[in-house]
Amino acid sequence: MVITKLLNHLGKYLILMGNAFSKPEKTSMYYKEVIRQMHDIGVGSLIIVFIISLFIGAVTAIQFAYQLDGTLVPDYYIGYVVRDMTIIELAPTITCLVLAGKVGSNMASEIGGMRQKEHIDAMEIMGVNTAAYLIMPKVLAAVVIIPILVAIAAFVSIGGGFIASVPTGLLSGQEFVMGLRSFFMPYNVFMMFVKSLVFAFLLTSISCYQGYNVKGGSIELGKASTNAVVISDIMILLADYLIAVVLI
Amino acid sequence: MIKISGIYKSFGNTPVLKNISTEFQPGKTNLIIGKSGAGKTVLLKLLVGLIAPNEGQIFYNQIDFLHIKKKDLRTLRMKVGMLFQGSALFDSLTVEENIRFPLDMFTEMTKKEKSARVNTCLNRVSLDGINAKFPSELSGGMQKRVGIARAIVLNPSYLFCDEPNSGLDPKTSLVIDELIKDITIENNMTTIINTHDMNSVMEIGENVILLHEGEICWQGNKDEIMSSDNEILHDFIFASPFLQRLRNAAISNGFHK
Repeated sequence: MVITKLLNHLGKYLILMGNAFSKPEKTSMYYKEVIRQMHDIGVGSLIIVFIISLFIGAVTAIQFAYQLDGTLVPDYYIGYVVRDMTIIELAPTITCLVLAGKVGSNMASEIGGMRQKEHIDAMEIMGVNTAAYLIMPKVLAAVVIIPILVAIAAFVSIGGGFIASVPTGLLSGQEFVMGLRSFFMPYNVFMMFVKSLVFAFLLTSISCYQGYNVKGGSIELGKASTNAVVISDIMILLADYLIAVVLI
Repeated sequence: MIKISGIYKSFGNTPVLKNISTEFQPGKTNLIIGKSGAGKTVLLKLLVGLIAPNEGQIFYNQIDFLHIKKKDLRTLRMKVGMLFQGSALFDSLTVEENIRFPLDMFTEMTKKEKSARVNTCLNRVSLDGINAKFPSELSGGMQKRVGIARAIVLNPSYLFCDEPNSGLDPKTSLVIDELIKDITIENNMTTIINTHDMNSVMEIGENVILLHEGEICWQGNKDEIMSSDNEILHDFIFASPFLQRLRNAAISNGFHK
């Protein structure tokens, strides 16, 4: 029963994505919408991403310094661990989990509200491919802007690690920078961007699917918004595992 | 002209429409009436393609609407305008942007041409100068008129109206009815209105279809209503004791039958 339901949703999701990525009626209208969405997702999420990344970097540095206390591992490893933890895991995953909550629930509510107010029906009757017009710009904007947000998150997080460890005397600035420069593998940055691209696609497409298929009233809209966040988060963590298995 | 034949629609095991066949003529206001749950909204949604029937055929002139190619469907959709019960105006767009939306999406008109067309439509619904307002700043009647302006902006051949008078006072309802009727005649459109409003039926009902338990139980025009012997029609039209007394008075004074 549950498997049938899951397969049913998967089928509907794939059909919706197929419709969403079909030829636009008028490219200029879609272009405008992509730019608007990039602004909403990018600029709108900058502050929350900044705050969370700063603290994650700071906490990582302090936690690792605590682990190192009394060991023979050199202190500059704090910089090294903060950098790699941030690039490989924390920046893409935590940022996208947060964005699933902020951007994903917003998208599900926006599209679900349009469904309930018959805006989607109105567009359908006009001849607009609503799946394409409402979903494609959001997904395209997200896969462009979220990797940029993740890169910013990575820099801020490392900055957070620096702020938490250097002024407090855990290690010197020189040691921290030395750690940042040690054992650097550019492949990890590639992995960060692959993760952020995949997570961006998942969180936007799943949220749009939830909103697009809302039936009923405000309670159902609330459920769709919650489902958008919960399912996106689960799929992001699952994809995180699969990418780690495949790319490492 | 829109022609439907043998339309059957059920939700699960519950039939909503059973063997519906009729024609909707251009240049006329076609009204679908009936009690709540009679299947009016379902029929309207079938006609515009928002849901599909289990059986039956729908023809827009000679075009088989249910087996139309995707590309042709888009062309046909551009000839269709619809006024929704709740107006369905996009909240985040101004009145001008709402009316201009189909023009932006489907035409290559210049900004100036689009603006002129929007103003013409607003003028047609007597709402000049409200271009910059948002839907939330308008009254229910004004929202309906903006909805009509948006529906006619592409000069459609078919106009569908779902409960155009719901939530409006009788006087505003008359204005909306007159507007729809005039636009229908001016553009020789095939207009189909789904309504509960008996004033609309008696004012603009050129082709009235009464749905009862998913079937057409009466069809005629407003002038034939009074002289009809159909009990279901009379129970529906003259539902209140006041209207029943009025009808009896009319008959006893020799106005009808």
